[in-house]
Amino acid sequence: MSKIKIVDTTMRDGSHAIKHQYTPEMVGRIAGALDACKVDVIEVSHGDGIGGSSINYGFGKCDEMELLKAARVNIQHAELAVLLLPGIGTIEDLKQARETGVSMVRVATHVTEADIAIQHLKAAKLLGMKTVGFLMMTHMASPETILEQSKIFVDCGVDYINLADSAGYLTPDMVRERISILKSKLDVPVGFHAHNNLGLAVANAMAAAGEGAQYLDVTLRGIGAGAGNAQSEVLCSVLQREGYDLAVDSYGLMDAAQDLVEPIMLRPQVIDTASLMLGYAGVYSSFYIHTCRAAERFGLNPRDILVEIGKRKMVGGQEDMIIDVAYALAEKKKAEGK
Amino acid sequence: MEKVKVGIIGPGNIGSDLMYKVMRSPYLQMKKMAGIVESEGIRRARSLGFETSIEGVSAVAKDPEIKIVFDATSATAHMTNARVLREAGKMVFDMTPAAVGKFVVPAVNLEKVQKCNNLNMVTCGGQATIPLAYAVQRASKCSYVEIVSCIASKSAGPGTRANIDEFTQTTAKALREICGIPKSKAIIILNPAEPPLMMTNTVYCLVENPDERAICQSVNEMVKKVQSYVPGYRLRVPPILDGNKVTVIAEVKGAGDFLPSYSGNLDIINAAAIAAAEKIAVMSYGGRSDNE
Repeated sequence: MSKIKIVDTTMRDGSHAIKHQYTPEMVGRIAGALDACKVDVIEVSHGDGIGGSSINYGFGKCDEMELLKAARVNIQHAELAVLLLPGIGTIEDLKQARETGVSMVRVATHVTEADIAIQHLKAAKLLGMKTVGFLMMTHMASPETILEQSKIFVDCGVDYINLADSAGYLTPDMVRERISILKSKLDVPVGFHAHNNLGLAVANAMAAAGEGAQYLDVTLRGIGAGAGNAQSEVLCSVLQREGYDLAVDSYGLMDAAQDLVEPIMLRPQVIDTASLMLGYAGVYSSFYIHTCRAAERFGLNPRDILVEIGKRKMVGGQEDMIIDVAYALAEKKKAEGK
Repeated sequence: MEKVKVGIIGPGNIGSDLMYKVMRSPYLQMKKMAGIVESEGIRRARSLGFETSIEGVSAVAKDPEIKIVFDATSATAHMTNARVLREAGKMVFDMTPAAVGKFVVPAVNLEKVQKCNNLNMVTCGGQATIPLAYAVQRASKCSYVEIVSCIASKSAGPGTRANIDEFTQTTAKALREICGIPKSKAIIILNPAEPPLMMTNTVYCLVENPDERAICQSVNEMVKKVQSYVPGYRLRVPPILDGNKVTVIAEVKGAGDFLPSYSGNLDIINAAAIAAAEKIAVMSYGGRSDNE
């Protein structure tokens, strides 16, 4: 079977789950452990990518560049990557990241908006970086649209294309049809980023691997936005048992999850009602914490906010619309109460 | 006294919508549309009875009757156009992110910059959010401002798509310069929902001593001022105070002059340019309505 590359995003997607409170010390330790376990890529950024520290997405506790430097000095063989969302992060942020020794950037757009990444992908190439075209919210588009959008990335010369199930909405069959169309029509490797809102993250990552996806996104203990991501130590163990060619040390990952990540988690990574609703209604997973906060502020049930957000077809990055929806629902409730 | 004659360079979506807005203006008179190739926009202007040219900036620069020029080309082209038009003595409204001249947001700083001969219209998001940030700042001093503009994917043209960084950086810079707030961040999101969503703009301010009543009053006054030239501008969420954080959300529905009403982003930047041009026409050139 083909070689699988493990992309650890504990210190990027996982950043959502700890409200972006990573410190250089935590990052250094986790990066060192991941590198010793021979993961292929280690992604470190604010949950919403470099430059994501903001009121809208939550301020990072520490300067991202300090986090990247801490990761860099603890990594021997893995690729150090950042995520960049055009419209939030800029080429200026990327240049700074490059100076700290980052060698790869994953440029992420909504599934239908790949062309807004062209300027960043080109700039990254000029900076001598490996590049990845990353489509978010892939449940919102057909496999054919995903193929069309992926071609924009191919024209930019990306090293691989990553499809994200940002809402944790997809089922294994839906993952298969999305991965297989790219594998059959394009000549670049494909990756997959799962969320566990419907309890399918590991199963979906396995489905992607079965269709030939070569890069799989994981996090230790599954820490991530919403109900988290494909749990690294679980997925790697299953892949190895199934005979995939995998360089990683699964035991080492289990220990890192237990000893380094579990102690910093704010809550166990379970599927509670709000995260289940993300997956059910097709809402961007990082809306979770912001929705809980708005529900408390406006005296609402988080579920009602999420269903309305889903109806309005909000995309990644529109955390501000949680306030808009919560305000409208609260006003409606007030009017009905009179 | 006659209306002030206007030339537009760049007959694309922005240029064509500007043309329709000039046609409605009591102070401005559409004279010439210039492009660099024969195009649908050129044909449209010709069919409406206006002069057209495919000689670009020079066709407008050498026409002595034209006093006011809207440059709706690109940032790169404007770098050259700005010089040619300055030498020709034209008053220029720069619709591109080139930002050769001073930023102008009519509801906020027109009086301060009206003597300049090249004014930059910032960005659509800037036109929608700077008035709100300024309104909060004048009521309670802000240490940080952050804005999120969301536009319908269909109303983001190739120029915007190729230059997302220019949008965020120019908007953030104008928020600092015009509002006098020391730190800023701007975010833009494209949403492809069908039917297309109206443009929404969220402004967050961190204020030192929040005075809720003063902030609400200041914001409401400002919204009325913007509505005087952008009728589709309205608050979705009035100022909400949460500790030292103020959140305000505004929507822009386009006037539908040439572009569909969901293109509030294009409408607001054009409406702002027209509002500024009308004031300058009256002040500098004595332009006025035929009815006066």
